[in-house]
Amino acid sequence: MDVWRDARHTRSLPAGGPQPPADAGRPSPPNRFGLVRSKLSSVRARRLVPLAILAPIVLAGCQVPDFGAYKGSTSQGHDAYKLWQGFFIAGIVVGGVVLALILWAVFRYGRRRDGVPRQTQYRHGIEIFYTVVPLVIVAGLFVFTVITENEVDAIPKSQVTIDVTAFQWGWQFYYPSTGKVVVGETLQAPQMVLPVNEAVTINLESADVIHGFYVPEFNFSRYAQPGVLNRFNFNVLHTGVYRGQCTQLCGLYHSLMIFSVKAVSPGNFDTWVHQTSGRLPTIGQLKAQIHANGPGA
Amino acid sequence: MTDVITPPLGGTGILGPPVVEVAEYYGHEEHGPTGLLRWLTSTDHKVIGKSYLITSVILMLIGGLFALVIRLQLASPNSSLVSFAQYNELFTMHGTLMIFLFVGPFAFGGLANYIVPLQVGAPDMAFPRLNALSYWLYLTGSMTMMMGFLVAGGAASFGWVGYAPLSNATNSPGLGGDLWIMALILTGFSAIFTGVNLVGTIFYLRAPGLTMFRMPIFTWNMLVTAILILIAFPVLTAALVMLFCDRHFGTHIYSVQGGGSPVLWQNLFWFFGHPEVYILALPFFGIVTEIIPVFSRKPVFGYKGMVFATLSIAALSTGVWAHHMFTTGVVLLPFFSLLSLLISVPTGIKFFNWIGTMWRGQIHYSTAMLMAIGFLITFLFGGITGVMLASPPIDFFTHDTYFVVAHFHSVVMALVMAAMAGIYYWYPKMTGRMLREDLGKVQFWLLFVGTQVCFMPQYLVGLHGMPRRIAQYTTVPSWQTLNDVSTVGAFIIGASFLVLVINAFQSWRKPVLAGDNPWDAHTLEWFTTSPPPHHNYSHLPPIRSERPTWDYHHPDAPALHPHGEAHPSDGAEKVLGSS
Repeated sequence: MDVWRDARHTRSLPAGGPQPPADAGRPSPPNRFGLVRSKLSSVRARRLVPLAILAPIVLAGCQVPDFGAYKGSTSQGHDAYKLWQGFFIAGIVVGGVVLALILWAVFRYGRRRDGVPRQTQYRHGIEIFYTVVPLVIVAGLFVFTVITENEVDAIPKSQVTIDVTAFQWGWQFYYPSTGKVVVGETLQAPQMVLPVNEAVTINLESADVIHGFYVPEFNFSRYAQPGVLNRFNFNVLHTGVYRGQCTQLCGLYHSLMIFSVKAVSPGNFDTWVHQTSGRLPTIGQLKAQIHANGPGA
Repeated sequence: MTDVITPPLGGTGILGPPVVEVAEYYGHEEHGPTGLLRWLTSTDHKVIGKSYLITSVILMLIGGLFALVIRLQLASPNSSLVSFAQYNELFTMHGTLMIFLFVGPFAFGGLANYIVPLQVGAPDMAFPRLNALSYWLYLTGSMTMMMGFLVAGGAASFGWVGYAPLSNATNSPGLGGDLWIMALILTGFSAIFTGVNLVGTIFYLRAPGLTMFRMPIFTWNMLVTAILILIAFPVLTAALVMLFCDRHFGTHIYSVQGGGSPVLWQNLFWFFGHPEVYILALPFFGIVTEIIPVFSRKPVFGYKGMVFATLSIAALSTGVWAHHMFTTGVVLLPFFSLLSLLISVPTGIKFFNWIGTMWRGQIHYSTAMLMAIGFLITFLFGGITGVMLASPPIDFFTHDTYFVVAHFHSVVMALVMAAMAGIYYWYPKMTGRMLREDLGKVQFWLLFVGTQVCFMPQYLVGLHGMPRRIAQYTTVPSWQTLNDVSTVGAFIIGASFLVLVINAFQSWRKPVLAGDNPWDAHTLEWFTTSPPPHHNYSHLPPIRSERPTWDYHHPDAPALHPHGEAHPSDGAEKVLGSS
């Protein structure tokens, strides 16, 4: 009769000791027994909810680590970074709880004797609980996602516009206000210059295949596509030189398609952008040159 | 159930005889060629299933070798082990082999082919000849794909996603790209036919008593996978035909010059590609859901909830494709973000089902179970990082970096562990022989540790800004340390597969007989002999739950329902009354 009932159950009962064997006449002792257990588990689980909500807030008071990501050198990138921190903490909490449950189950319930454990298959309370709680978490993550997304994708009016054209395998930066052009391929990586602490609009396009415009420290990338004009804004917070690279596979020399972004003071930018660039090769000439002589020749 | 194919079974009532004979109806003498000719001509689902398994594992080993070369190339910042062109071919073919020719065919071509008819108590698949055609399309497709390495210009080198316009005739001339397209059309039809076959088998060939909600979760997941195949693969096939037209017949479907749209390719590819992710994953969820209950000696916790979770994953998976396109700037971010985040809910439910199944079980740490636990943990990492990627602002700075590479490798390596779990679990059924448990545990630890050592550093190097699909990183030598650790991990993974090969070799040279039911398992396939006879069953047990074999061997231990009582139809009233 008790073949499938695990003897360990009785040990984990909060009170009352072992299951009385004399209640065979009662309709269903496992029923009562099960209810007690399920209430207990959901009480425990309910205690975890405030913990899960509080943990990010408490942690936010301390110095929240970067979890490996860049802090974001633009205001948009910094917003994305804060969202990343939030997601990572949520991930640690949720993943940690699940991992702990997995490891607990695996190590606690190792087979110690032959016999059949209690054949529990359904606990509706727990099932509803682990469906609803993730829905609530997802709703929260979605709200923060939309807020950050609107900040990152906002295109306020800006004084400086740069038209970026990606090609196999290099970049051209064109400043329509003065006609200034910077162009370079592979090993002669071109440098985009822009003013610090100012909204800068980038118009991004491709001359051939799809490329990826990616500046890691800006926490941002966007495809450069033929026939699609992508527009976005940067507001670089600190002067400095930032590495950039193509992220979308674009053919043979994809690995070498690098560039950099130099953020300078607005005064220096003004001086720079008014200097004439001299005679520069066109994109077509550069492409022909790479195809004929290889990269950086 | 149709009258034509239902075997004349008696004893379907509760008080009927415990075992019903079906042998007179089908017979299990196979009359036909033997030896190699049998493998070449058979329409037996078990032979075809094994052909699929062997072919796909060989292709996995080849794809794995490509990965090792890739990792060696990346072990130093400006290695010239392979050229840029060769590197592009290697990662393209690595991805293509693993996704299209290993993970999917292994699961729905191999395991499903072998196991599903057994689990539903059928003598074969619904359309045995179509099944054979599926395999031969798959084999010819795979060979077509591999031929890319033999032609001038080399194999396809535009990535496994084949983005237009890089994949057009101007940017990727040469036969390699055409062979890639043709191979995927062939294997695509193979998958579609297998999908039709699985749906037919599961809907029409179930044994009496085997209602939909008594199907094992593996069979459920294969059904849902088959439906997803029928939704997704025709789209890919059509997209590939259009790509071929662009390359050769002067159409401009994906080219801006002729008024076409490169983004169209991405939409079509990912409309296939995201359901495809679940076409790959669901069968392996199914494998794990077979193994965890058996080695915990408990029924699946929340069986029906799990079925609905699988159905919701499938439904949601058709509406999340554009999360691969967040950085294109031309998709509605909140919609695809929300649906992608939502898919974590049913996936989370599955995690709790698996944990609940182990909870208060009596877990036997067999190799299959260890692999399943390895799957849980590795898939958890992939799942958590997947939720991060579902948020567009986070995707913006991780897209196309090693963070994404690490994310989906956590996922697919979890699937590989589930595949290994499936091999260790069903190998005795397929061959009648056991695999060695000690070697199996060595393989598990190598595979599990190797996976984490290989892919954890890739998350970090991705956050540091390393893009995927680059052959050199001369300008940022600081990425080398993390890459070196990753390379070491890749070789540990490689070693784990050597152990598998040795183990299979051992079982061939020094066989240890398995018997019909070595694991005290739950589902129908363990009721017949190992390996099963030609038409699978000489007799069937009564089917009263999703665990007919368990019920037969443990009549006193039926599954307990919500409030602890046994299910009325389990015939367990007397057990309940006496407890």
